[in-house]
Amino acid sequence: MVHWSAEEKQLISSVWGKVNVEECGAEALARLLIVYPWTQRFFDNFGNLSSPTAIIGNPKVRAHGKKVLTSFGEAIKNLENLKATYSKLSELHCDKLHVDPENFRLLGDILIIVLSAHFGKDFTPSCQATWQKLVGVVAHALAHKYH
Amino acid sequence: MVLSGADKNNVKGVFAKIGGQAEEYGAETLERMFAAYPQTKTYFPHFDLGKGSAQVKGHGKKVAAALVEAANHIDDIAGALSKLSDLHAQKLRVDPVNFKLLGQCFLVVVASHNPALLTPEVHASLDKFLCAVGTVLTAKYR
Repeated sequence: MVHWSAEEKQLISSVWGKVNVEECGAEALARLLIVYPWTQRFFDNFGNLSSPTAIIGNPKVRAHGKKVLTSFGEAIKNLENLKATYSKLSELHCDKLHVDPENFRLLGDILIIVLSAHFGKDFTPSCQATWQKLVGVVAHALAHKYH
Repeated sequence: MVLSGADKNNVKGVFAKIGGQAEEYGAETLERMFAAYPQTKTYFPHFDLGKGSAQVKGHGKKVAAALVEAANHIDDIAGALSKLSDLHAQKLRVDPVNFKLLGQCFLVVVASHNPALLTPEVHASLDKFLCAVGTVLTAKYR
Protein backbone atom coordinates (compact mmCIF):
# COMPACT_ATOMS: atom_id res chain seq x y z
CA MET A 1 0.00 0.00 0.00
CA VAL A 2 1.37 3.37 -1.00
CA HIS A 3 1.44 6.04 1.68
CA TRP A 4 0.47 9.60 0.82
CA SER A 5 1.39 12.39 3.19
CA ALA A 6 -1.00 15.25 3.82
CA GLU A 7 1.34 17.51 1.85
CA GLU A 8 1.38 15.14 -1.13
CA LYS A 9 -2.41 14.91 -1.14
CA GLN A 10 -2.59 18.69 -1.06
CA LEU A 11 -0.14 19.03 -3.95
CA ILE A 12 -2.14 16.53 -5.98
CA SER A 13 -5.55 18.03 -5.38
CA SER A 14 -4.47 21.65 -5.76
CA VAL A 15 -2.99 20.92 -9.18
CA TRP A 16 -5.82 18.64 -10.28
CA GLY A 17 -8.40 21.21 -9.27
CA LYS A 18 -7.03 23.59 -11.89
CA VAL A 19 -6.58 21.07 -14.71
CA ASN A 20 -8.81 21.21 -17.77
CA VAL A 21 -9.15 17.47 -18.21
CA GLU A 22 -10.21 17.63 -21.84
CA GLU A 23 -7.43 19.99 -22.97
CA CYS A 24 -4.74 18.43 -20.86
CA GLY A 25 -5.70 14.88 -21.79
CA ALA A 26 -5.78 15.71 -25.49
CA GLU A 27 -2.40 17.41 -25.31
CA ALA A 28 -0.76 14.63 -23.31
CA LEU A 29 -1.94 11.91 -25.67
CA ALA A 30 -1.01 13.94 -28.77
CA ARG A 31 2.47 14.55 -27.40
CA LEU A 32 2.85 10.83 -26.59
CA LEU A 33 2.07 9.96 -30.21
CA ILE A 34 4.40 12.70 -31.51
CA VAL A 35 7.37 12.31 -29.16
CA TYR A 36 7.25 8.49 -29.12
CA PRO A 37 5.81 7.67 -32.54
CA TRP A 38 5.93 3.93 -31.96
CA THR A 39 3.03 4.39 -29.54
CA GLN A 40 0.87 5.00 -32.61
CA ARG A 41 0.83 1.23 -33.01
CA PHE A 42 -2.20 1.07 -30.72
CA PHE A 43 -4.24 3.51 -32.73
CA ASP A 44 -4.48 2.14 -36.30
CA ASN A 45 -8.15 3.04 -36.39
CA PHE A 46 -7.64 6.68 -35.43
CA GLY A 47 -7.27 7.91 -38.99
CA ASN A 48 -4.73 10.58 -39.86
CA LEU A 49 -1.67 10.49 -37.59
CA SER A 50 0.76 11.41 -40.35
CA SER A 51 2.17 14.62 -38.84
CA PRO A 52 2.23 16.50 -35.54
CA THR A 53 -0.40 18.88 -36.94
CA ALA A 54 -2.61 15.96 -37.98
CA ILE A 55 -2.22 14.32 -34.58
CA ILE A 56 -3.00 17.49 -32.63
CA GLY A 57 -6.09 18.16 -34.74
CA ASN A 58 -7.31 14.56 -34.77
CA PRO A 59 -10.71 14.38 -33.02
CA LYS A 60 -10.21 10.75 -32.00
CA VAL A 61 -6.95 11.66 -30.30
CA ARG A 62 -8.68 14.47 -28.43
CA ALA A 63 -11.56 12.25 -27.37
CA HIS A 64 -9.31 9.44 -26.25
CA GLY A 65 -7.01 11.81 -24.41
CA LYS A 66 -9.98 13.13 -22.49
CA LYS A 67 -11.08 9.57 -21.68
CA VAL A 68 -7.65 8.61 -20.40
CA LEU A 69 -7.25 11.68 -18.21
CA THR A 70 -10.80 11.35 -16.87
CA SER A 71 -9.84 7.88 -15.74
CA PHE A 72 -6.74 9.36 -14.13
CA GLY A 73 -9.10 11.55 -12.13
CA GLU A 74 -10.68 8.40 -10.73
CA ALA A 75 -7.27 7.31 -9.50
CA ILE A 76 -6.87 10.62 -7.71
CA LYS A 77 -10.22 10.10 -5.96
CA ASN A 78 -9.09 6.63 -4.85
CA LEU A 79 -5.47 7.06 -3.85
CA GLU A 80 -5.81 4.63 -0.94
CA ASN A 81 -7.25 1.93 -3.14
CA LEU A 82 -5.64 2.22 -6.55
CA LYS A 83 -5.06 -1.43 -7.36
CA ALA A 84 -8.71 -2.26 -6.77
CA THR A 85 -9.89 0.84 -8.62
CA TYR A 86 -7.85 -0.08 -11.70
CA SER A 87 -8.28 -3.86 -11.51
CA LYS A 88 -10.64 -4.20 -14.46
CA LEU A 89 -8.81 -1.54 -16.48
CA SER A 90 -5.58 -3.43 -15.90
CA GLU A 91 -7.10 -6.67 -17.18
CA LEU A 92 -8.45 -4.82 -20.20
CA HIS A 93 -5.06 -3.32 -21.08
CA CYS A 94 -3.42 -6.73 -20.80
CA ASP A 95 -5.97 -9.11 -22.29
CA LYS A 96 -7.74 -7.00 -24.87
CA LEU A 97 -5.57 -4.00 -25.67
CA HIS A 98 -2.17 -5.73 -25.29
CA VAL A 99 -0.42 -2.55 -24.18
CA ASP A 100 3.15 -2.84 -22.87
CA PRO A 101 3.10 -1.18 -19.40
CA GLU A 102 6.15 0.84 -20.41
CA ASN A 103 3.67 2.99 -22.32
CA PHE A 104 1.95 3.99 -19.05
CA ARG A 105 5.28 5.30 -17.79
CA LEU A 106 5.88 7.22 -21.01
CA LEU A 107 2.44 8.82 -20.83
CA GLY A 108 2.96 9.68 -17.16
CA ASP A 109 6.20 11.51 -17.95
CA ILE A 110 4.56 13.39 -20.79
CA LEU A 111 1.67 14.40 -18.52
CA ILE A 112 4.17 15.89 -16.07
CA ILE A 113 5.71 17.97 -18.85
CA VAL A 114 2.27 19.20 -19.95
CA LEU A 115 1.47 20.18 -16.35
CA SER A 116 4.81 21.93 -16.04
CA ALA A 117 4.15 23.94 -19.21
CA HIS A 118 0.73 24.85 -17.90
CA PHE A 119 1.62 25.76 -14.33
CA GLY A 120 5.11 27.21 -14.84
CA LYS A 121 6.84 28.17 -11.61
CA ASP A 122 3.88 26.90 -9.58
CA PHE A 123 4.89 23.40 -10.64
CA THR A 124 7.63 23.37 -8.02
CA PRO A 125 10.16 20.58 -7.52
CA SER A 126 8.04 19.23 -4.63
CA CYS A 127 5.00 19.34 -6.85
CA GLN A 128 6.84 17.49 -9.62
CA ALA A 129 8.17 14.92 -7.14
CA THR A 130 4.65 14.19 -5.86
CA TRP A 131 3.24 13.93 -9.36
CA GLN A 132 6.10 11.69 -10.55
CA LYS A 133 5.24 9.44 -7.62
CA LEU A 134 1.56 9.56 -8.58
CA VAL A 135 2.08 8.68 -12.25
CA GLY A 136 4.43 5.90 -11.20
CA VAL A 137 1.86 4.45 -8.84
CA VAL A 138 -0.90 4.74 -11.45
CA ALA A 139 1.29 2.98 -14.03
CA HIS A 140 2.04 0.25 -11.49
CA ALA A 141 -1.65 -0.22 -10.68
CA LEU A 142 -2.50 -0.44 -14.37
CA ALA A 143 0.14 -3.10 -14.85
CA HIS A 144 -0.80 -5.02 -11.72
CA LYS A 145 -3.17 -7.53 -13.31
CA TYR A 146 -0.84 -8.38 -16.19
CA HIS A 147 -0.02 -12.01 -16.65
CA MET B 1 17.56 6.92 -33.39
CA VAL B 2 18.86 9.66 -35.65
CA LEU B 3 18.57 13.42 -35.32
CA SER B 4 17.03 14.85 -38.48
CA GLY B 5 17.91 18.28 -39.84
CA ALA B 6 14.71 19.59 -38.32
CA ASP B 7 15.57 18.06 -34.94
CA LYS B 8 18.98 19.73 -34.98
CA ASN B 9 17.45 23.10 -35.80
CA ASN B 10 14.86 22.69 -33.07
CA VAL B 11 17.52 21.86 -30.49
CA LYS B 12 19.76 24.73 -31.53
CA GLY B 13 16.74 27.01 -31.31
CA VAL B 14 16.02 25.91 -27.76
CA PHE B 15 19.55 26.56 -26.57
CA ALA B 16 19.70 29.89 -28.40
CA LYS B 17 16.52 30.95 -26.58
CA ILE B 18 17.75 29.68 -23.22
CA GLY B 19 21.05 31.49 -23.70
CA GLY B 20 22.74 32.55 -20.49
CA GLN B 21 20.03 30.96 -18.35
CA ALA B 22 21.42 27.52 -19.16
CA GLU B 23 23.35 27.43 -15.88
CA GLU B 24 20.22 28.18 -13.89
CA TYR B 25 18.33 25.53 -15.83
CA GLY B 26 21.10 23.04 -15.05
CA ALA B 27 20.86 23.72 -11.33
CA GLU B 28 17.07 23.51 -11.32
CA THR B 29 17.24 20.27 -13.31
CA LEU B 30 19.40 18.71 -10.64
CA GLU B 31 17.22 20.06 -7.82
CA ARG B 32 14.14 18.52 -9.45
CA MET B 33 15.94 15.25 -10.13
CA PHE B 34 17.04 14.88 -6.51
CA ALA B 35 13.49 15.66 -5.32
CA ALA B 36 11.61 13.42 -7.76
CA TYR B 37 14.14 10.58 -7.89
CA PRO B 38 15.86 10.41 -4.50
CA GLN B 39 17.97 7.43 -5.59
CA THR B 40 19.95 9.82 -7.80
CA LYS B 41 21.32 11.43 -4.64
CA THR B 42 23.41 8.31 -4.07
CA TYR B 43 25.89 9.65 -6.62
CA PHE B 44 26.45 12.78 -4.53
CA PRO B 45 27.17 11.69 -0.95
CA HIS B 46 29.89 14.32 -0.85
CA PHE B 47 27.52 17.17 -1.74
CA ASP B 48 25.34 19.41 0.33
CA LEU B 49 22.03 18.81 -1.43
CA GLY B 50 20.04 21.32 0.59
CA LYS B 51 18.06 24.11 -1.05
CA GLY B 52 20.28 26.72 -2.69
CA SER B 53 23.38 24.55 -2.39
CA ALA B 54 26.40 26.14 -4.03
CA GLN B 55 27.66 22.68 -4.97
CA VAL B 56 24.41 21.84 -6.77
CA LYS B 57 24.52 25.20 -8.56
CA GLY B 58 28.11 24.56 -9.57
CA HIS B 59 27.35 21.09 -10.79
CA GLY B 60 24.24 22.26 -12.60
CA LYS B 61 26.43 24.75 -14.44
CA LYS B 62 28.73 21.92 -15.59
CA VAL B 63 25.82 19.76 -16.74
CA ALA B 64 24.30 22.67 -18.64
CA ALA B 65 27.64 23.52 -20.25
CA ALA B 66 27.92 19.96 -21.53
CA LEU B 67 24.43 20.10 -23.05
CA VAL B 68 25.24 23.44 -24.67
CA GLU B 69 28.49 21.99 -26.04
CA ALA B 70 26.61 19.01 -27.46
CA ALA B 71 24.04 21.30 -29.06
CA ASN B 72 26.81 23.45 -30.56
CA HIS B 73 28.40 20.35 -32.08
CA ILE B 74 25.21 18.55 -32.80
CA ASP B 75 26.60 16.89 -35.92
CA ASP B 76 29.18 15.13 -33.80
CA ILE B 77 27.95 14.77 -30.23
CA ALA B 78 30.21 11.76 -29.67
CA GLY B 79 33.25 13.82 -30.63
CA ALA B 80 32.20 16.82 -28.57
CA LEU B 81 31.56 14.75 -25.43
CA SER B 82 34.33 12.19 -25.90
CA LYS B 83 36.23 13.18 -22.76
CA LEU B 84 33.04 13.28 -20.72
CA SER B 85 32.17 9.87 -22.07
CA ASP B 86 35.53 8.53 -20.87
CA LEU B 87 34.97 10.11 -17.48
CA HIS B 88 31.55 8.53 -17.05
CA ALA B 89 32.84 5.11 -18.15
CA GLN B 90 36.00 5.02 -16.10
CA LYS B 91 35.33 7.09 -13.05
CA LEU B 92 31.71 8.14 -12.52
CA ARG B 93 29.92 5.01 -13.78
CA VAL B 94 26.48 6.52 -13.33
CA ASP B 95 23.94 3.81 -14.14
CA PRO B 96 22.53 4.43 -17.63
CA VAL B 97 18.95 4.60 -16.35
CA ASN B 98 19.70 7.91 -14.64
CA PHE B 99 20.30 9.85 -17.84
CA LYS B 100 16.66 9.38 -18.69
CA LEU B 101 15.68 10.80 -15.31
CA LEU B 102 17.93 13.84 -15.81
CA GLY B 103 16.47 14.30 -19.29
CA GLN B 104 12.92 14.21 -17.94
CA CYS B 105 13.75 16.90 -15.40
CA PHE B 106 15.47 19.10 -17.99
CA LEU B 107 12.35 18.92 -20.16
CA VAL B 108 10.22 19.86 -17.14
CA VAL B 109 12.46 22.88 -16.49
CA VAL B 110 12.27 24.03 -20.11
CA ALA B 111 8.48 23.54 -20.11
CA SER B 112 8.10 25.40 -16.85
CA HIS B 113 10.11 28.45 -17.97
CA ASN B 114 9.22 28.45 -21.68
CA PRO B 115 5.93 26.71 -22.37
CA ALA B 116 5.58 28.39 -25.76
CA LEU B 117 9.02 27.20 -26.80
CA LEU B 118 8.28 23.55 -26.12
CA THR B 119 5.89 22.79 -28.95
CA PRO B 120 5.23 19.07 -29.51
CA GLU B 121 7.75 19.05 -32.38
CA VAL B 122 10.44 20.77 -30.33
CA HIS B 123 9.63 18.51 -27.37
CA ALA B 124 10.22 15.48 -29.59
CA SER B 125 13.51 16.85 -30.92
CA LEU B 126 14.79 17.82 -27.49
CA ASP B 127 13.84 14.42 -26.05
CA LYS B 128 15.75 12.73 -28.90
CA PHE B 129 18.74 14.99 -28.32
CA LEU B 130 18.82 14.21 -24.59
CA CYS B 131 18.62 10.48 -25.40
CA ALA B 132 21.51 10.88 -27.82
CA VAL B 133 23.59 12.63 -25.15
CA GLY B 134 22.86 9.85 -22.66
CA THR B 135 23.80 7.25 -25.24
CA VAL B 136 27.13 8.98 -25.92
CA LEU B 137 27.93 9.28 -22.22
CA THR B 138 27.32 5.57 -21.61
CA ALA B 139 28.77 4.34 -24.92
CA LYS B 140 32.12 3.25 -23.46
CA TYR B 141 30.70 1.55 -20.36
CA ARG B 142 31.44 -1.93 -21.69
